[in-house]
Amino acid sequence: MAALDNTEVRDGVDRETVETVQAMGGKYKYGWETEIEMDYAPKGVNPDIVKLISSKNEEPEWMTEWRLAAYERWAQLDEPTWAMVHYPPIDYQDQYYYARPKSMDVKPKSLDEVDPKLLATYEKLGIPLKEQMILAGVEGAEDAPAEGRKVAVDAVFDSVSVGTTFQAELKKAGVIFCSISEAIREHPELVKKYLGSVVPVSDNYFATLNSAVFSDGSFVYVPPGVRCPMELSTYFRINAENTGQFERTLIIADKGSYVSYLEGCTAPSRDTTQLHAAVVEIVALEDAEVKYSTVQNWFPGDENGKGGIFNFVTKRADCRGDRSKVMWTQVETGSAVTWKYPSCILRGEESQGEFYSIAITNNYQQADTGTKMVHLGKNTKSRIVSKGISAGKAQNTYRGLVSMHPKAKNSRNYTQCDSLLIGSECGAHTVPYIEVRNNSSRVEHEATTSKVDDDQLFYCRQRGMDEEEAVALVVNGFCRDVLQALPMEFAMEAQQLVAISLEGSVG
Amino acid sequence: MALPQPKTDTLAARLSGLDLPGDSGCLKVAREDALARLQATGLPARRDEYWKYTRPETLTAPEVVPAALLSDRDTPVFDDIDRVRVVFVDGVFDAEASDDLTLAGVTIERLADVDARDIHWAKDLYGVLETRGQTPVSRPLAALNTAFATDGLVIHATGKAARPVAFEYLHRNETSDAHLHHVIKVDSGADVTVLEDGPAAARFNKVMEVDVASGGTFHHVRAQGRDHERRAATHIFARLGEGSVFKTFTLTMNGVLTRNDCVVELTGDNAVAHVAGACVGDGDFHHDDTVFITHDAVACESRQVFKKVLRNGATGVFQGKILVKQGAQKTDGYQISQSLLLDDDSQFLAKPELEIYADDVACSHGSTSGAIDEEGLFYLRSRGVPESEATDLMTLAFLAEAIEEIEDQALADDILERLQAWMARRRRD
Repeated sequence: MAALDNTEVRDGVDRETVETVQAMGGKYKYGWETEIEMDYAPKGVNPDIVKLISSKNEEPEWMTEWRLAAYERWAQLDEPTWAMVHYPPIDYQDQYYYARPKSMDVKPKSLDEVDPKLLATYEKLGIPLKEQMILAGVEGAEDAPAEGRKVAVDAVFDSVSVGTTFQAELKKAGVIFCSISEAIREHPELVKKYLGSVVPVSDNYFATLNSAVFSDGSFVYVPPGVRCPMELSTYFRINAENTGQFERTLIIADKGSYVSYLEGCTAPSRDTTQLHAAVVEIVALEDAEVKYSTVQNWFPGDENGKGGIFNFVTKRADCRGDRSKVMWTQVETGSAVTWKYPSCILRGEESQGEFYSIAITNNYQQADTGTKMVHLGKNTKSRIVSKGISAGKAQNTYRGLVSMHPKAKNSRNYTQCDSLLIGSECGAHTVPYIEVRNNSSRVEHEATTSKVDDDQLFYCRQRGMDEEEAVALVVNGFCRDVLQALPMEFAMEAQQLVAISLEGSVG
Repeated sequence: MALPQPKTDTLAARLSGLDLPGDSGCLKVAREDALARLQATGLPARRDEYWKYTRPETLTAPEVVPAALLSDRDTPVFDDIDRVRVVFVDGVFDAEASDDLTLAGVTIERLADVDARDIHWAKDLYGVLETRGQTPVSRPLAALNTAFATDGLVIHATGKAARPVAFEYLHRNETSDAHLHHVIKVDSGADVTVLEDGPAAARFNKVMEVDVASGGTFHHVRAQGRDHERRAATHIFARLGEGSVFKTFTLTMNGVLTRNDCVVELTGDNAVAHVAGACVGDGDFHHDDTVFITHDAVACESRQVFKKVLRNGATGVFQGKILVKQGAQKTDGYQISQSLLLDDDSQFLAKPELEIYADDVACSHGSTSGAIDEEGLFYLRSRGVPESEATDLMTLAFLAEAIEEIEDQALADDILERLQAWMARRRRD
């Protein structure tokens, strides 16, 4: 992180924060490449490629048709330009849309049959694909009881899912956790019913492209009343050059169920950019709760802004049932360009949506990220907490929508977004949209540290702290709260992030 | 669904029959440039980012939607203030109704007179600040105004103005379509206050360019008339020099459509800009405040304070932006937009933006929307205040923060009085 070494940091910015940002954006740890023989589909995207991907996944005809319709639609769309990100035009015909390790030609029946090179790759990333192993790098994990450590992993390598762990154990609980290609074959009724029901095929340019060419991803179904016995996770690895990754995730939480889902992603360091356009759809039925956590650590490009992943992601949750709840937590530290707005449609009465985000950009990284909370049902609640940190020559934008529809009576939103700039050449921006269409709902958007809870402040001051100290304590405590919302598996990253304070923040 | 009309078609329709005024005067080049700008951008359309919440069609159509005249005329808001009255009737200067335009410390001329001359200082300002205000967001209605405005005032403040200059905009023709363009130059150390009042026309397009030199002071207070069916698109473009002060406040009561753009550029260190507004809307009412403040110098201060009270299906829009350019360190930027929705049919749509490229700044913004505080209402009622009166009291308290932005107490009192009258009238209805 040469860019930060000579940066003059102004008063009020915690030195520890700067060091943490330095450490996090320092040497990219996951930049190595696995040498493995790959099968590629021809470069470019057209109906034949779409059909080829569909046939590689042994999909039924309805799925192929669905993809082709998406392709037709995409061909008519223009790439959006409204985000505060700038990048050279992407040549969509100069990419591989399908890349699969040769050894995956015949689908391995169990993890034992998986190419050791692939297993080694994940092991090196700290993601063990053997069920008895504990996750590497998590402090204190060794002492945790065995039960608490279990995490089922679906490992996606370029265009295919390499394997999914703990499937049998999950099956006992009735939980379906598999790759989406497997789900299309094995559970077509569920896929047919829910795929594209949250993010329609024509939703936006990147989602439409994804609908046409997605190659793999994860599928989760939690049956009514089941609390998923372990954390589920998907680890996405881009390895092949000039290859776009287009994964699709579909999570269905049936009535009264609960699931916590983690997502991680890395890619080798290269000086050419690579495209990643994913779609995540979550359906939460009555009383269901879904926790979705991401640590996005795609290769961010080097310190001169060369290379990196272009990350265009559409993530949306539909809180369809009454009292359903979805919580998005994201830590965004990677990618050269991030374009990502995990959202909640609060359709069910008393449903809840939460969004916690920490986005760190450095060098020439650009992030335009935020959320949409669309309140349709009565008594719905949403909460948005976003912390953006920008260093070097990076640009960090929070973009969000809070919409209260006329029928969403007595709903509530609270939004707080803080930004911190380290150095004089970066930028931090806030673009919130607030639409209130009934008067029994309350919407608050704020972006100042002085607006911390007055009672808490009063309490601290009563005990002899000066105002600044009190504010710092409350804000830091709050930040910690957000980080503690992350599952333990992300503890490594989280432990570093806790050192970040936002004392010098601007709205 | 009807396909949206291509921008070129709407523009061609709007321009048909319009001729650039003044074929040889000193503003000719500025008008031609403005027309070229307009042709490059086209007229605003619903799909434009900054017209997302406000329908521009009635402002851009060739035909004016007739606006009925109000039967019970208000007395001018600032009647008790010792001022220089300048009267415009449906966008045309009325010399007889106006006071003598001589004022110590200030030169006041008619735009039409300036346009007839070959050389005038206004040539270097007319359309210049408007042009600067076209990036990064285009404001085509302002370019239309610069091209076609036939009347307005050219004011040059060279010292401390003895009295405020008060524009009174009368509306007497149900289909009037007025373009007024004012140019105001405030010299170093000079100080002038401009007041505006009245509905102006059935459709009113106004541009006011204000150039405040270092150490200059400009105050602006306006009350947009309550003729219910009037439509207005107004623009203020201001440029502030070192240590200058610019403060503007707008009260809007009714009017079927109001779009107020305020574009301020702080170009000199330690300059101060305050932009505030209070609006009360009832029924078929759409009010849009679009503010863009650019900090391009060190240690400047800007404040945006906007309060909207809405009922019976009224819509309030706020689009505010603070842009802090690289190097504009020690910026102090504040922005608050709040709405009080008195019933379930009204709506508030806001986009409070920050765009910051400097690290040593304190910028904050807040935006809230909600119903009247039940506890406060209950407290007042338990002390014997009737419900409607209690609601008004709470409403006034809500608007107070914006009205307090007016520095001159006498002017603030006039605004408050007008608001109270509006409320009393609503209570009667």
